[in-house]
Amino acid sequence: MQTKRTIFPNKWLPYALLAPQLAITLIFFIWPALQAAKSSFEREDPFGFRTTFIWFDNYARLFADPMYLNSLWRTLIFAVLVTVIAMGVSLVLAVAVNRLLRASRIYTTLLVWPYAVAPVVAGILWWFMFNPSIGILSYVLGQLGVSWNHRVNADQAMILIVLAASWKQISYNFLFFVAGLQSVPASLSEAAAIDGAGPLKRFFTIVFPLLSPTTFFLLIVNINYAMFDTFGVIDATTSGGPAQSTNILVYKVYADGFLGLNIGSSSAQSVLLMLIVIVLTVIQFRYVERRVQY
Amino acid sequence: MKNLNGIAGLAALSLMLSTTVAFAQTEVTWWHAMGGELGEKLEAIANDFNASQSDYVVTPVFKGTYAETLTAAIAAFRANEQPAIVQVFEVGTGTMMAAKGAVYPVYQLMADNNQPWDPAGFLAPVTGYYSDAEGNILSLPFNSSTPIMYYNKNVFEAAGLDPEVAPRTWAEVEEFSTQILESGAATCGFTTGWVSWVQTENLSAIHDLPYGTLQNGFGGLGTEFEFNGELQARHWDNLKKWSDAGAFKYGGPAGGVDAPPLFYSGECAIYMNSSASRAGVVANATGFEVGFAPLPYYDDAIAEPKNSIIGGATLWVLNGKSEAEYAGAAEFFTYLSQPEVQASWHQDTGYLPITNAAFELGQEQGYYAEHPGSDVAIEQITRGTPSDNSKGIRFGNLTQVRDVIDQEFEAVLGGQKTAQEALDSAVARGNEILREFESANQ
Repeated sequence: MQTKRTIFPNKWLPYALLAPQLAITLIFFIWPALQAAKSSFEREDPFGFRTTFIWFDNYARLFADPMYLNSLWRTLIFAVLVTVIAMGVSLVLAVAVNRLLRASRIYTTLLVWPYAVAPVVAGILWWFMFNPSIGILSYVLGQLGVSWNHRVNADQAMILIVLAASWKQISYNFLFFVAGLQSVPASLSEAAAIDGAGPLKRFFTIVFPLLSPTTFFLLIVNINYAMFDTFGVIDATTSGGPAQSTNILVYKVYADGFLGLNIGSSSAQSVLLMLIVIVLTVIQFRYVERRVQY
Repeated sequence: MKNLNGIAGLAALSLMLSTTVAFAQTEVTWWHAMGGELGEKLEAIANDFNASQSDYVVTPVFKGTYAETLTAAIAAFRANEQPAIVQVFEVGTGTMMAAKGAVYPVYQLMADNNQPWDPAGFLAPVTGYYSDAEGNILSLPFNSSTPIMYYNKNVFEAAGLDPEVAPRTWAEVEEFSTQILESGAATCGFTTGWVSWVQTENLSAIHDLPYGTLQNGFGGLGTEFEFNGELQARHWDNLKKWSDAGAFKYGGPAGGVDAPPLFYSGECAIYMNSSASRAGVVANATGFEVGFAPLPYYDDAIAEPKNSIIGGATLWVLNGKSEAEYAGAAEFFTYLSQPEVQASWHQDTGYLPITNAAFELGQEQGYYAEHPGSDVAIEQITRGTPSDNSKGIRFGNLTQVRDVIDQEFEAVLGGQKTAQEALDSAVARGNEILREFESANQ
């Protein structure tokens, strides 16, 4: 209980101060979520003339649909790969920058740059580089004997979106890791060094455990990012193809609802997606957090 | 800061000015999906109409691809912010026809506003494709196209082929492509836009094969797909074989965004896509001469290929706008239907002349004689007597079905499925989508 507490003399003032934020949350988050929950129980024509209440029919159809199960599986692969790559690479970069005495600011700035790029622009950049007919990287790969065509090859399409999505997230993770590393007391590492611990041993026994709150926070953020925020990257690169191999849950919600105009099914999918993320976060807090040392 | 205030003031002033103009004239909003060269022509038509009279201002708004435009219009309708006129592509026709409360049928609009309306003036394939069960045309045919074949005459010559002879059959496409590859004149034989529309729907029509039951869906919502026949499977298997050999290059799902650059850059010698791609082809094919030809067919499957079917879009009028806006829309439609406007749109873009009068005008002007190949599309779509299989297709939620077809086709290209497995699965999944549409519209 070391948190600072302010006692308001007026009973209504704190509520009035909270009201704008509450209003935004209610109007832009809670209300649409309730609408989605409502229409996930309905079947409706695109124009909204005829609405039938159909209980769990939309959900039942989803679980009977091999395409949905495929999408779940693809999402799992994608989220794990993006989280591991984005966190791994940024940790390595952060450690490297943290050891620099000079110019670390410049490196930091350069590494944070991609974060300012909008997801869809990041997607276009990678799409451009890997474009099977005009892309420079696909040309280079062609010279090396690799025939790159993510329009046809499912694995290459997955590699492309994982690269694009991870690249975008590395900056964010990097910033947090650098900040986390700076709060690791140098005296601990020095003491270990005097006791004869090598750099790797020091990293794994001292630095990494002390970083665990940051790592845990980033784990949750990255999984949420991979599951929710990667829509723009996928829309700009593969559009879920080829043959649905990159059609992750959040993109399928969009494709079925906005392109296919199947609002009931799309709502049911978004409700399920919300549940999945809630469950994941609860699991993380209950089981992973126990091993985190604050 | 002072500068900013000045800009804001100017902006407010111009806003006020534009609203005063809008008071004098009724604004008719027109959402469309014509980008690039086509969009420029479309805006020119709207500007000409605005200059021709002073009561109405037609404001064209580009809303992205066809699918995006349809989605945007539906979302806007639900929010009561719909435009008066929206351009909907042919695959959205089933969806729009089923949405009775949302649509102001064009024949009624014209009658209510005392504007001339003559359905018999349209080309027969156009009337056939867009009439409802009672024979009424619910939306104004505006840009109709049909897929044709474009080829690079310079590459043909370099490969030792006669540049004036296009491949007539699929066997010749294979033979020519192989020769082109072997000679090194190009690194790819052919590419295509719209695998669903060109290589499946039109393939079925040309070979007089049914795409779905109940006359390809014209007979009612209870229709089921049946495009998983032997010939379609053979064709998809061939495409896979040619793709592996390098003779065919896949341009991506839906319209195939990668296909046009493959042809423009000279990488692929042959390109199959809408006749309306002509504007883009002519503008971009700067380094070589382009030949035009009808789509190839399998001569062992049909001796005389049937007509190809229509693509493109029509203009739908949406409910919930003011009388004045409808009067403006009706007057604009009359303007659009004039042979001169139609003929110039057709000649500039490669869309079909929609009315007989526009086609005749083009003949009188000597346009087809001057521009060899410009009548390929119209000859292909009017050849022979249309059968139930080649009249067109009418299915609800066809946008989704086309996505399914792209996905299954990609599975064939990726080697996960044989063509027959993929087509069977596409039919099964497509039928589920049709049942969904049927139950939502009962």
